[in-house]
Amino acid sequence: MPDATAAIRTISYGEAIREGLTEAARRDPTVFMMAEGVDDPSSVFGTIAGIAKNVGGDRVVEMPVAENALTGIAIGAALSGRRPVISLHRVEFALLALEQIFNNAAKAHYISNGRHKVPIVIRCIVGRGWGQGPEHSQSLESLFSYIPGLKVVMPAFPRDAKGLITAAVEDNNPVIMIEHRWCHYVTGEVPDGYYREDLIGSRPHGDGNDITIVATSYMTLEAVRAAEALNTLGYSATVIDLRVLRPLNMEPIIASVRKTGRLLTVDTGWRTLGPGAEIVSQVAQTCFDALKSPPRRMGLPDHPAPSSRGLVQDFYPNAETILAEACSMIGVAPARVGAVRADLAEKRGKVPVDVPDPFFKGPF
Amino acid sequence: MDLSVGMFISVPIVASSIPLAVGGALANSMAGLDRVNAVFIGDASVEEGVFHESANFASLKKLPVIFVCENNLYSVYTPLRQRQPDRPLTNLAAAHGIPSVTADGNDVEAVYAATQSAVTRARRGDGPTFLVFDTYRWREHCGPNFDNQLGYRSEAEYEEWRKRCPIERATAKLRQSGALSDAATAAMIAEIGKVIDEAFDFAKAAPLPRASTAGEHIYA
Repeated sequence: MPDATAAIRTISYGEAIREGLTEAARRDPTVFMMAEGVDDPSSVFGTIAGIAKNVGGDRVVEMPVAENALTGIAIGAALSGRRPVISLHRVEFALLALEQIFNNAAKAHYISNGRHKVPIVIRCIVGRGWGQGPEHSQSLESLFSYIPGLKVVMPAFPRDAKGLITAAVEDNNPVIMIEHRWCHYVTGEVPDGYYREDLIGSRPHGDGNDITIVATSYMTLEAVRAAEALNTLGYSATVIDLRVLRPLNMEPIIASVRKTGRLLTVDTGWRTLGPGAEIVSQVAQTCFDALKSPPRRMGLPDHPAPSSRGLVQDFYPNAETILAEACSMIGVAPARVGAVRADLAEKRGKVPVDVPDPFFKGPF
Repeated sequence: MDLSVGMFISVPIVASSIPLAVGGALANSMAGLDRVNAVFIGDASVEEGVFHESANFASLKKLPVIFVCENNLYSVYTPLRQRQPDRPLTNLAAAHGIPSVTADGNDVEAVYAATQSAVTRARRGDGPTFLVFDTYRWREHCGPNFDNQLGYRSEAEYEEWRKRCPIERATAKLRQSGALSDAATAAMIAEIGKVIDEAFDFAKAAPLPRASTAGEHIYA
């Protein structure tokens, strides 16, 4: 909870992360940052700009281009009493470090019968747009969420970006924080000073009666917009921003599905074997009797993200397609849906599909 | 793992422990602790990329870590000459600006002296050292048996190395100097044998952990 006297002001998700990290480093001298290009002008999209000045250069460590060792070294430092926060930048670079993450980070505590601890935060960024293409646009949360011993968080809004990264740094377990590149621009209300959000689960947006939409990361923003459009048709959704993928807390989702009877999940990655697959399975197993219609999942089709603007037109779910799917599940007359979809498309205007929609800058 | 004797961690993936040791050395140096980390690796570990990534960083930051390469000439059944070009292992350390010491790994005093020099360097803040100890594996890669009958190496090679048994050589030297008597040897063997027997008895008598506890210690 924020300090009762903390000012609430509007800042970006990227700034919120920087605030969270600066505050965490100030409070705990064992916290240190490590990354390739840690001190370069871009400063991990601005998220660690100026931290060296605030906490001392010896706690901001430059790493040569060696992701496997970077991660192993950070894990070794964590095992030895420090709290490293590393950035692998694009999540694809984490692929070079998976052995360290899946084995040494995730399992040292278990293998040592609880004696070793690995309090590491591993930041990864999901790219999108601008022709970044197949190997700079993947959303790989399913890989990390598969592994016992890891925690996985995907904040969508600035407040959660600050709150969750604070909790991640304080957590004695390895936490993978996956940040969507387009979320870095999103602005919203964020408490000043120290602010923590426990890594216990999701956050609901709205309290709808007709459908539960569980979304992660950037897709939460699209889902919220779809829910607003759904309201104009006379129906209501509860959008559940999943936030914490592992450990997965199904309780609020089950409770919501018992109320609405319909479940739609929206992932930022491939639909096949995405978080939606696990959520739908658990709902089917736990509250099948509450379902009015089969749950559906939205995500990316089974091919890599194209680079060309032409090829990526139909690749990503968006507010319009989420609305269409929800309406199909509820049984809204297609003609009515078409009108609202057209309205959404018009609002989007001439913004190309592969750059962030300015609507999503907020503030939220 | 037994921190009381400085036994920090052991992992089964070849070379995976190397960055852990370097990271520990980074942490120790950040904390201002007078500690030296030693990571024990085989001659095949230096074929893994992560060795080079870790050595580069340890050298750059002059970290108090020692890479102890036990060169026993084999990676499971495959000899060194089939895995690496014909050049000294120490070249790989030199490539990262790390000084090396090579010694007879079956000579206790030579190993001690080489290690001492590396520890001194590390404590002085001069950074890592790469130690190469030439030695040999008598038994199989994994398990208590001998496996020369599989034919991956010659009996002659094996016999040559057996003659260089580090225990026999050290014992002979100590006897020759009079530092070790028959009675003292017998007493040590009895005492250490007792500790080993007690450990075996304890292990055999101890119950297996309960299956219901298999899911503990996932998270700290």
